[in-house]
Amino acid sequence: METIVSDSMVQNTNQVEGRAVPEKTLGEIQVDNPRMTARNVNVFYGEKQAIDNISLDIGMSQVISFIGPSGCGKSTFLRCLNRMNDTIDICKVDGEIKIDHQNIYDPAIDVVSLRARVGMVFQKPNPFPKSIFDNIAYGPRIHGLAASKVELDQIVESSLQRAGLWEEVKDRLDQPGTGLSGGQQQRLCIARAIAVSPEVILMDEPCSALDPIATAKVEELIHELREQYTIVIVTHSMQQAARISDRTAYFHLGKLVEVGDTKQVFTNPKHELTQDYITGRFG
Amino acid sequence: MSFTNLMLTVLVIGALYFIAGQRVALALRSNNAGKLHSLPHYHGVWAAVTSALPALFVLLTILIGKDLLFQFWARDYFPEDVMSGDTVDRAIALAKVANVINGISFGEVEPWVQAAGDAWIRWNANAIVVANFLVLSVSLVGGLLGYRRINLAFRSRNYVERILTWMLIGSSLVAILTTIGIVLSVLFESIRFFKLIPPQDFLFGLEWNPQFEGAERAGSGGGTATYGMVPMFVGTFLISAIALTVAIPIGLFSAIYLAEYATPRIRGIVKPLLEILAGVPTVVYGFFAALTVAPFVKSVGESMGLEVASESALAAGLVMGVMIIPFISSLSDDVINAVPQSLRDAAYGLGSTRSEAVRQVVLPAALPGIVAAVILAVSRAVGETMIVVMAAGLAANLSFNPLDAVTTVTSQIVTILVGDQEFESAKTLSAFALALMLISTTLALNYFALQIVKKYREQYD
Amino acid sequence: MTDRTYQRLDPQQAAERVKASINLRKRKETRFLWLGKTAVAIALGFLVLLFAGILSKGIPGLFQYYVTLDVQLDARQLDPSGQMTVESIAGGDFDGAILTSLYEALGNPEGRKAKREARRLISSGSSQRLMSYVLDNPEQLESMVSIQFAVDDDVDTFLRGLISRETPEADRRISDQLIGYIDALEAEGRISYEISDYLFFGSASRDAEMAGIRGALVGSILTLLVCIVIAFPLGVATAVYLEEMAPKNRFTEIIEININNLAAVPSVVFGIMGLAIFIVAFGMPRSIPLVGGVVLALMTLPTIIISSRAAIRAVPPSIRDAALGVGASKMQTIMHHVLPLAMPGMLTGTIIGMAQALGETAPLLMIGMVAFIVDVPAGVTDPGTVLPVQIFMWADFAERMFVQKTSAAIIVLLAFLISMNAAAILLRKKLERRW
Repeated sequence: METIVSDSMVQNTNQVEGRAVPEKTLGEIQVDNPRMTARNVNVFYGEKQAIDNISLDIGMSQVISFIGPSGCGKSTFLRCLNRMNDTIDICKVDGEIKIDHQNIYDPAIDVVSLRARVGMVFQKPNPFPKSIFDNIAYGPRIHGLAASKVELDQIVESSLQRAGLWEEVKDRLDQPGTGLSGGQQQRLCIARAIAVSPEVILMDEPCSALDPIATAKVEELIHELREQYTIVIVTHSMQQAARISDRTAYFHLGKLVEVGDTKQVFTNPKHELTQDYITGRFG
Repeated sequence: MSFTNLMLTVLVIGALYFIAGQRVALALRSNNAGKLHSLPHYHGVWAAVTSALPALFVLLTILIGKDLLFQFWARDYFPEDVMSGDTVDRAIALAKVANVINGISFGEVEPWVQAAGDAWIRWNANAIVVANFLVLSVSLVGGLLGYRRINLAFRSRNYVERILTWMLIGSSLVAILTTIGIVLSVLFESIRFFKLIPPQDFLFGLEWNPQFEGAERAGSGGGTATYGMVPMFVGTFLISAIALTVAIPIGLFSAIYLAEYATPRIRGIVKPLLEILAGVPTVVYGFFAALTVAPFVKSVGESMGLEVASESALAAGLVMGVMIIPFISSLSDDVINAVPQSLRDAAYGLGSTRSEAVRQVVLPAALPGIVAAVILAVSRAVGETMIVVMAAGLAANLSFNPLDAVTTVTSQIVTILVGDQEFESAKTLSAFALALMLISTTLALNYFALQIVKKYREQYD
Repeated sequence: MTDRTYQRLDPQQAAERVKASINLRKRKETRFLWLGKTAVAIALGFLVLLFAGILSKGIPGLFQYYVTLDVQLDARQLDPSGQMTVESIAGGDFDGAILTSLYEALGNPEGRKAKREARRLISSGSSQRLMSYVLDNPEQLESMVSIQFAVDDDVDTFLRGLISRETPEADRRISDQLIGYIDALEAEGRISYEISDYLFFGSASRDAEMAGIRGALVGSILTLLVCIVIAFPLGVATAVYLEEMAPKNRFTEIIEININNLAAVPSVVFGIMGLAIFIVAFGMPRSIPLVGGVVLALMTLPTIIISSRAAIRAVPPSIRDAALGVGASKMQTIMHHVLPLAMPGMLTGTIIGMAQALGETAPLLMIGMVAFIVDVPAGVTDPGTVLPVQIFMWADFAERMFVQKTSAAIIVLLAFLISMNAAAILLRKKLERRW
């Protein structure tokens, strides 16, 4: 997860190998019935600008993937969507981000409830040093989602089921979550995010720390989750983006170069930069 | 020559050998470019060391050994009744002889004491002569032998470095020697104590009433001395408990605030200020406790109709608590900061407020370290001396009431050993037994703290 | 995976429940935050209380009251033999000279009782002061000079306002008559409030007005010197050995465990060991800075070792590799490269260790630095005491003036400690290197 801005982003010449980054994003920014919308978002780490005037819609019950070379701002933009950038002191965000037509920075929406609606899964699995049950139950407990112990048990079970982990751990719910394998831990983290019934799930390179088999399982999970959740996934792997996402957004040096249907972006990109990145001319 | 001058002479001889050795090496080098194995100053050091080290060793042995030897020889002069008496008599005899040696006279001196003293003075004079001869010859001969080995191929640097290494090892042994010294001195005298007073009386006795050995021996029958340490143990426990009641909440919450909530600027100001509390000498705390806190506690208590001793456990405990605050806050702060940020991110990502993240994720993860910090603070409280000596009472009162005056293990040790000491009386020896209890407790506590940290360290990672 | 019929909260429901919980959680958050702030405030409040208490009592203790008298220096009275040496002067009647001028200043009181009361005005050490004056200024003989003498400690306490005139005479330490004399002298402008030269240049005394910390200060300095001379080389040597040369075997482990244990042992125990081994077994004299310094050195050794090891570890391995790469031996690498780079950190740790040793009382009590020592020690084998022990002894005395002097001594001690710690921090900042 990139939180440090690389020097390359601050180049005044918006050029890579002679190609200029477009002033206006190519492709369709807007969708019908978006779950979240972003308009004219700028993000600064102190003096350095990490995100430059990005506007984008996140479609409901879809998977959209953010791709682009290292340091292009995809994780930074992702973290704007659930205001995780608030935890970094030097980070300043301006622009308008809305969820279901409500501005997420509106004081009426508490950041706490925002994050319950927009969940997050991190690059390196980070289960709490608690039991598997307590890991999943943590979210529902603090938000008061379960009216009784029975309800809590049900939430835990259903979350684990949804994450495809239930069969593997149902007999050892009281064991520490840190005792699971890497892939299982990540699915645990996904289950933990699901347990608070979010509308959107943000995933920051969720498979980069996993082996191919675990990766396949997580991708399969994302495929299934798509019906009930809106998923935004940052990924370094174009193959992964091609496999699992409906829309793809290509970031470059803090700008959104192009966004559109995954198939179209990968077979017929509208911009030369996108083409170059996809064909591996730089990365 | 006196011993001090002798030592200085050895050092001077060593310096001379250094110059000689270095000069020879320099000459060799200028005549045979590039063939000298070690730098000239190493050759110099070699020569100096071969002269000075053995000589100093001999000097030290003679210095330490002569008194022990003389004490042994002096016994030949002791009359029958002293020899057959117990160790007290012999110690007194030696003390009398020492007076003669030092030229202090307290009136009539028994003839055998005078004879022994005169003999001792003679032996000492002889010892000085012997020392002079031996030490000087060793230093000269040793240096010469070393000097003669200097040639082109001689690897003096290797020898010097090896000697240096051994000296380094030697200094590392000082730590072990200190521990041995502590253990021996405390254990030795404690064993002698337990020969006089049975261990179970000491460990479980409820009354602490040391009397003068002399009075007992004279059979004045003013009651027997009892050496039950439970009152002191309870006193230590009581005062430490009060101290921790103050220190743990304040220290822990301060640590949480500084680690999780405070801006770097506030942290940069407050943390050093708290450290100041740790740097204030305990005698200052004790003075403050006795002068200000104890009367305050007393007046507050009495205004509420309670009976408060003028040296209450509460006063001492409060001040000790203040002293321990930085221990807990500093150690807890380190532990809390060591909890990985990824855990906090996970908690925030799920929508926790900061206090929820701290209370339910960070603190449980930091708990082993915090528990260890508390145990270390307990150990510090148990071993604290000056605050309790100055602010708590000296009466071995078995009480759990914080408003009473109690005494602690450390306080008794100081009281006993600061007065007149007769190393044969149970009273003086009891201080060592108390010290034994003290060391065992603090070491055990520290061991537990270490084990807890070790056992739970692999929790997350 | 098939869709089972398990309970699921849809996002709407969940969002509503979350909203409902927010207010309570916000309140808890605020409470928690205030708990933290209060804790810090209380801790800092203790600090302020402590320092305010010490300063409020101690700063007045840096001053004391003096009375100026015009004394006629009569050569025959003060130096009968005329030789002007310390011995010959000892026979002079200094008390008489002082009392004469005192009675004159008071308008020549009549009667033995009145005179006795008048005598209670000035310190019993006044004759000493006059004696030193005459020795330093022999040319003043046969003239009248104005000299400041310390007032007696009860008078001093009264002048500070701590003894009230309203208290019935029987309960006071000062009689009405004496108060009358004091008023008279004040009216003449003879009473002054000055920085106490007794405090800094006098030695321990049972009379509060004459008590000073000079002996204790010198003793502290000597003891610390012995301590640092022993502890620093040994500590650095041990740290070097353990970090750079010791193999990872059982023996090394034992040494490390020992050092950690020693760091945890209460300071009293070191004093006990010093008593049993150095004083009883080796027969060294009590109460000398040499023994005190050795005991403190053994006590500070673990601190120095641990901080020196940290300093050595902070030197990057690349430096060592570079030195070895040009053919330096291990010892040369250490001596020429590692040690100099680690030295700032080692010095910082040592200064902090010395600051701790300066404030130690209990171990020095054990080896007997308690006896009433009046002379200033001239060397490490002369009996002496240290400042914290002096404070401890004075704390027992009941006179009010002793309370102030004790607090003043504490201020001096704290001043030393603060400057040592500040020096350590400055040193660290100045010599810190960024690798």
